[in-house]
Amino acid sequence: MAAVTLPGALQRLFPGAPRRVEVGAASVAEAIDALDDRWPGMRDRICDSTPAIRRHINVFVDGERATHDTPLRPASTVVVLTAISGG
Amino acid sequence: MAKRVLVLLGTKKGAFILETDADRRSWDLRGPYCETWPMNHVVGDPATGAIYGAGGNEWFGPAVWRSTDLGVTWTHSSAGLAYAAGEEPIGSVWSLAPGNGALYAGVQPAGLFRSDDAGETWRHLNGLRDHPTRSQWQAGGAGLILHSLLRDPGDDQKLWVGISAAGVFHSADGGETWEPRNRGTRADFNPEDQRYPEFGQCVHCLVMAPGMPDRLYQQNHCGMYRSDDGARTWQSIEAGLPSSFGFPAAAHPRDPGTLYLLPLNGDSAGRYVPDGKAAVWRTRDGGATWQDRRDGLPQKNVFFGVLRQAMATDPLDQAGVYFGTSTGAVYASRDEGDSWQCVAEHLPTVLSVETMVVEA
Repeated sequence: MAAVTLPGALQRLFPGAPRRVEVGAASVAEAIDALDDRWPGMRDRICDSTPAIRRHINVFVDGERATHDTPLRPASTVVVLTAISGG
Repeated sequence: MAKRVLVLLGTKKGAFILETDADRRSWDLRGPYCETWPMNHVVGDPATGAIYGAGGNEWFGPAVWRSTDLGVTWTHSSAGLAYAAGEEPIGSVWSLAPGNGALYAGVQPAGLFRSDDAGETWRHLNGLRDHPTRSQWQAGGAGLILHSLLRDPGDDQKLWVGISAAGVFHSADGGETWEPRNRGTRADFNPEDQRYPEFGQCVHCLVMAPGMPDRLYQQNHCGMYRSDDGARTWQSIEAGLPSSFGFPAAAHPRDPGTLYLLPLNGDSAGRYVPDGKAAVWRTRDGGATWQDRRDGLPQKNVFFGVLRQAMATDPLDQAGVYFGTSTGAVYASRDEGDSWQCVAEHLPTVLSVETMVVEA
């Protein structure tokens, strides 16, 4: 199971979503699908309709910046972060 | 029956609600709501009491927010609110029009969506996306945004939209097909011999006269206009106003001849109120003559603007009139615009103002 850490600003959009959640997934896209199954609508907040990770969201897998298609190992750590944005 | 009067504010950093009673003298402010997302348009559906917010967040993308308890709690959804894979994704939701069990949403890049389940899920109406002139549409300063969205209260198939800077379009089939309706409106930014094109005008705000769905008013980047034939033709009503430039317009709740505008000093002069003095301009005769209303508005060193969706009226007798400024102030009139008071200040930039009156 991959361990996914969610940013606080995303947690606040889905009341009850924990800081850290474990998912069975072979890629970042599958991990996001699993999150969306548990919290419907979460995919749309992380990904756009291209589909791609949103421009101001960063996803790191095992410490490396990842894309929608990055593969996951069974024990991968996935960190979703809000990038610098706004004014 | 006692009433609760709500003024719904969309701002650059969240939704806010100003609330008062029918006397409209003492106001309370609540918010920020919607997780401080930029909220382009916050509207109420008086038939259900629901409040909807249109917005988009740099991190999390576009969504429509909904509150069924007058703003205390909110949910959000964008299920179906998307273009096809590979197309430019939707950046933000810009306009909402609830009523008759349906909710329409205009988005950036310009397109129209419909929800039949109070904003839970959305369906794309392809007509604007597939319009034969689409490839020639130019984006305005805020992007290619569908910011004005009107529905004929007596015919659910009839819609009008305003798109910056594609112009006004009309649909008679619920949004499936559209025709441009800009005849008589100028595009001063075009070469001299191309200033009255079929489309490509920079409409800033489109409103409908009460009880006369074929009477529309528009504030354009290049002039103020009235149409009495459902936007097929437009007549200039800018004579007597201090400028041909501005963003918002607000129709009276009952009198189709009364309109409120807030002209600014021009598109290249700062877009402030003229001469550093704030005024709302009111016509009682469909734009033939205008009166400036200043009582209670600041008259020295005023350098704010008012954006395209940031002025509204309420349905009470006498009608209330409201506008919110780029500097985060909200002004209210309880006497049809004759006198004004500042009812909020120090808010984020105000993007939209709407009203809803409910029984207390």
